[in-house]
Amino acid sequence: MSAVLADMPETESSKPVAPATTKAIAPSTGGRPWTFYVLATLFAAYVIALYGPMFCIYILSFQDIRGGLVFPMKGHSLHWFVDLFTQARTGDVKGSFDRSIKLAVIVTIITVVVSFLAGLGFRRRFRGDTFVFYMMIGSLVAPGLVLGLGTGLLFQALGLDAAWYTSALGAQLSWTLPFGVLVMFAVMSRFNHVWEEAAYDLGASRWQSIRLVMIPVLAPGLVAVALFGFTLSYDEFARSLQTAGSLNTLPLEIWSMTLNVTSPSLYALGTVTTIVSFIVIGASLGTIVLLQKKRGSRAKG
Amino acid sequence: MKKDRGDIELAGVCKSFDGVTNVVDGVNLRIADGAYCCFIGPSGCGKTTILRMIAGHEDPTAGEIVIGGQNVVGLAPVQRRTAMMFQSYALFPHLTVRENIAFALRVRGQSKADRLRAADAMIEKVRLTQFADRLPAQLSGGQQQRVALARAAITEPRVLLLDEPLSALDEQLRVQMRQELRRMQQELGITFIHVTHTQIEAIALADLVVVMEQGKIKQAGPARDVYAHPHDRYVAEFMGGQNVLSGRVEKVNGASFVLAQAAPSGIEVPLQARSTVSVGDRVDIAVRRDDVALVRPGRDLPPGCTTSLPSRVLAIEYQGYFVKVMLDTVPDDEFVAYVPEKTFFADPFTVGDVVMATWATGSALPLA
Repeated sequence: MSAVLADMPETESSKPVAPATTKAIAPSTGGRPWTFYVLATLFAAYVIALYGPMFCIYILSFQDIRGGLVFPMKGHSLHWFVDLFTQARTGDVKGSFDRSIKLAVIVTIITVVVSFLAGLGFRRRFRGDTFVFYMMIGSLVAPGLVLGLGTGLLFQALGLDAAWYTSALGAQLSWTLPFGVLVMFAVMSRFNHVWEEAAYDLGASRWQSIRLVMIPVLAPGLVAVALFGFTLSYDEFARSLQTAGSLNTLPLEIWSMTLNVTSPSLYALGTVTTIVSFIVIGASLGTIVLLQKKRGSRAKG
Repeated sequence: MKKDRGDIELAGVCKSFDGVTNVVDGVNLRIADGAYCCFIGPSGCGKTTILRMIAGHEDPTAGEIVIGGQNVVGLAPVQRRTAMMFQSYALFPHLTVRENIAFALRVRGQSKADRLRAADAMIEKVRLTQFADRLPAQLSGGQQQRVALARAAITEPRVLLLDEPLSALDEQLRVQMRQELRRMQQELGITFIHVTHTQIEAIALADLVVVMEQGKIKQAGPARDVYAHPHDRYVAEFMGGQNVLSGRVEKVNGASFVLAQAAPSGIEVPLQARSTVSVGDRVDIAVRRDDVALVRPGRDLPPGCTTSLPSRVLAIEYQGYFVKVMLDTVPDDEFVAYVPEKTFFADPFTVGDVVMATWATGSALPLA
């Protein structure tokens, strides 16, 4: 105590120095450094490059009957959206949309189930695990068009008809499964192995420990895998091109329309598919939020 | 429910993970029903592996584990009627406190109403009623520990296994939860097996302290036995509170022998039942730090003291009710005297002083 008191006069004598220290600590009120403006410009350019093309399509799809494929905008109406669903000449939009959604749902279910099981399997090391892993990654590296072509040829050689629900399904899974498994690995790495051990200690069977502990804990991650599976399948083009058979999926339909449709209804289609994508993403994120909210509200009780 | 016996017998238990080295190497031990047993040792000494083998999370490579007269090797934890409390508690993050505690009853197929009623009774026992609807992440470390304890105890196990249960808590809480563990053990009246690497924790809690090193039991016995009468240098140093000295036997006379030292007097050590020594043997002895008295050179030794070793004070630490004085009495080993605060400050030493370290002859303990 006495030592502290003895120090006091010294502190007072050093007071005149204090303002300098204060200034150094205070937040700078001056302009931002020049690097801020450089980086901000770069970011703005990036955002324009990313969203500009999409917004051109969305805006042009709202023209009226005089509308063309390029700017400037001619009037505004929902004409081309009506045209899209009524005119036969624009192709089988509704049918291909149906098929794409169905295919995406099937792909999603298979991807989630297989990824989850692979995640379970890869928790421990086993003989040939690296080999299996590289085989899986290999199908990500293979060019999609070549892989699709090969799948089509294989079906032909085996005497099977190519169709969206057989060959295209297989070709798309070669794309979504590796992605799903990789995401699952990341999700799995945050699962504490001791939870399973605790469940076993408390008398849970293997199945009970998966159903009551693993799946609920991993649920948000499983939704993320599902979202991946759905979006990757829904806009898959390269692998489906040679494998979809006689009936087109939506991306294939859009592609063929670009070859023979010369009206803004093409753009209207782009707008509609984007909206569907956003609904799916929104629903997935909503599910995750809901899952967490449900826990929270139960917790508040 | 009729309470089953929870006495445990380990007979020749070995465990090897790689087929070459034994992590647990021929352990024999008997733990009485309703005992509080602490396994203590440095990390990697095999204590946790023994715990996991008793729990049924590992199978022994050799040997038998008998609980209540029944060999349980190969049985699942539920069949053994054991329950484990994990080091980080392993509470299910998506379930509330009540649901966590009711989990074991849920997987046994008990109806929702029944199991929640049982869980609520247990929640009351561990004084968590106001937190019953919270998630584990919303609880403090001490509260989480109580949930883990309640979750393990709800199935009325005959043995509760605790893997370093206090290591995740801060110092103050650790002392508090230590008492709580003891209280719960007495309330439940079952066998507790507790693994720790803190000797204070072990001697504060246990009826039976088991000191381990490299897969083997070095000494097992009541806390006071292990602390005051260590078998060998390892146990003496691990449990602490002892100065360990070694030297060559100079002469043996009847009930005591004398250890040669640089000091003029040598060290006289009573020959206790368990050691037979002959002249020329190299022997370790232990002297409790609180039995060592420090006397200024030239003054009379306290009565009963025949040994006095000249030493220089290396460092002094004030510890409250005693003062820790570190000395250079023996060349290679640490030598410390715990001097009662009042004694020390009646005639305080300073670093560098030369003192005579002395103790009553009867308090020197020959080690194996």
